Amino acid sequence: MGAIELHDVVKTFGPITAVNGLDLEVPEGICLGLLGPNGAGKSTTMRLLTGQAIADSGELRVLGHELPAEAKTARGLMGVVPQLDNLDVDVTVEDNLAIFARLYRVPDVGEAVEKALKIARLQERRRDAVDELSGGMRRRLLLARGLVHEPRLVLLDEPTVGLDPQIRTELWTLIGDLKARGTTILMSTHYIEEAERLADEVAVMHQGRVISRGHPVELISEHAGRQTAEVYGPPERLAETRAAAESKGLSVRPAGPAIAIVGSERGDGVIPEDAVVRAASLEDVFVLLTGEEAE
Amino acid sequence: MESATQAPPEPRQMRRLEPTAIAGIMSREVANFRTYWKGTTFSSVMEPLVYLLAFGLGLSATLVDEVEGVPYIEFVGTGMVATAVIFSSALPSMFGTFVKHRFQNTYDAILAAPVDVEELVSAEMLWIAIRSGTYGCVPLLVTIAFGLDPAWGMLLTPLFCFVTALGFAGFGVAMAATVAKIDQFNYVTALFVTPLFLVAGTFFPIDGLPEGVQVVAQFNPLHQLVELVRGGAFGFEWADLLRFAFLVGFALLTWRVAIHQMRKRLID
Repeated sequence: MGAIELHDVVKTFGPITAVNGLDLEVPEGICLGLLGPNGAGKSTTMRLLTGQAIADSGELRVLGHELPAEAKTARGLMGVVPQLDNLDVDVTVEDNLAIFARLYRVPDVGEAVEKALKIARLQERRRDAVDELSGGMRRRLLLARGLVHEPRLVLLDEPTVGLDPQIRTELWTLIGDLKARGTTILMSTHYIEEAERLADEVAVMHQGRVISRGHPVELISEHAGRQTAEVYGPPERLAETRAAAESKGLSVRPAGPAIAIVGSERGDGVIPEDAVVRAASLEDVFVLLTGEEAE
Repeated sequence: MESATQAPPEPRQMRRLEPTAIAGIMSREVANFRTYWKGTTFSSVMEPLVYLLAFGLGLSATLVDEVEGVPYIEFVGTGMVATAVIFSSALPSMFGTFVKHRFQNTYDAILAAPVDVEELVSAEMLWIAIRSGTYGCVPLLVTIAFGLDPAWGMLLTPLFCFVTALGFAGFGVAMAATVAKIDQFNYVTALFVTPLFLVAGTFFPIDGLPEGVQVVAQFNPLHQLVELVRGGAFGFEWADLLRFAFLVGFALLTWRVAIHQMRKRLID
């Protein structure tokens, strides 16, 4: 039994189909990165899993519980770290944790709070109002709040969106620790680096469905080959190079001021000598599959 | 990494309206209330004091001596209980619910835990009703300080206030779950809250109003509360049982409507 099993799930909002025949299985004990551009359906998928959105059709099971009928029971077994900071800002750090320990029916609230404070490394700030914490501390607290009941499954919805690099690295360390404990993690993100660093497997989501899935290295090998050549120059030169590469069946994508020729190891004769050749990346895969610029 | 807490409890099927869920949500309200109780308490005492001074002492010294055989200041003081209840239940539930949903995303956090909309709404209503039931008694205490004789029936005032506040909390939550923008509360206040407040019989007896208005006033929960509070102070009558039953019905009705509206608003 997978921790998460979604089969042919559809969710529409009026004329917009947010989730379109989604099939997704997450085995227990892995970290699956749900990678996709804005509007791909990642957040709606997260809301479907918590029962905060009801699918129009399809089958959903979380930790063996059918949704939406048993969503409340399933929620008791999972932790959710939301994209938006929704801490109670006037309330102390420890009260924020204690409230959620109670909501999750933890038998010993005091002990749960102590351990969560340790996870967030906020023991010294326990009696401070959340308003007085730095952005990084708040984010750590948000993560610890989602873990206060030691869930078997954790949903991380864009856990580091909008954060500066230092705070992002801090959170990656915490998420890495969580992985090491064997907790199943479903993490939606549109940051390539985040998925590459943390996910055992990546599912690329686009227009409401998973269009490719695998270990990052497998995905790169399957879709992008070994190397990517970045070519810089005036637009006319880039257009010529692009046409030549495409005539050889190579995929070409924009890369800021340059173009990136994916699978350039197969591009004898069309890769200019001054091209910057690098190892193919998950970003190449992401852009090729979704047609969107990566972050 | 440190494990977050003790071994997780055995998975069990959750039921509807679990007291632990309701208590958990209320503990959040209590934690927040500890940060702002001084201001709320100050205004709850000052408002009836100002009204009593302005209307009670002002009017009784110049225009009105007695109403229905009761000194005017005592008539207004007992009626002010209803004013305190509606302003400490309908308005906080409207604005509080809207802000928590739209701006603070509080409900997203709560509903990600094993809590459902029915428990969420019930807990919000209960908390507001407890607060309002308590603060609603303040005008009565202030009026006693102004000379109203204490009576045993007054001990029921917190209960009357609680049930009425429950109804208005449900009304406020339902409105918050219905309006699209916070400005639209102006319509709610102008169309419902102010008229209910004015035809409750707080400042003047409603039997002086046109007959049609008198009939409508019988369906005003605030008027029923005013009558019950005055019953507690000056003597109950059998009709008060019906008044209380009406308030219980009002609370039950708005509870279910609030749950329905909030479910529509919170669950996609």
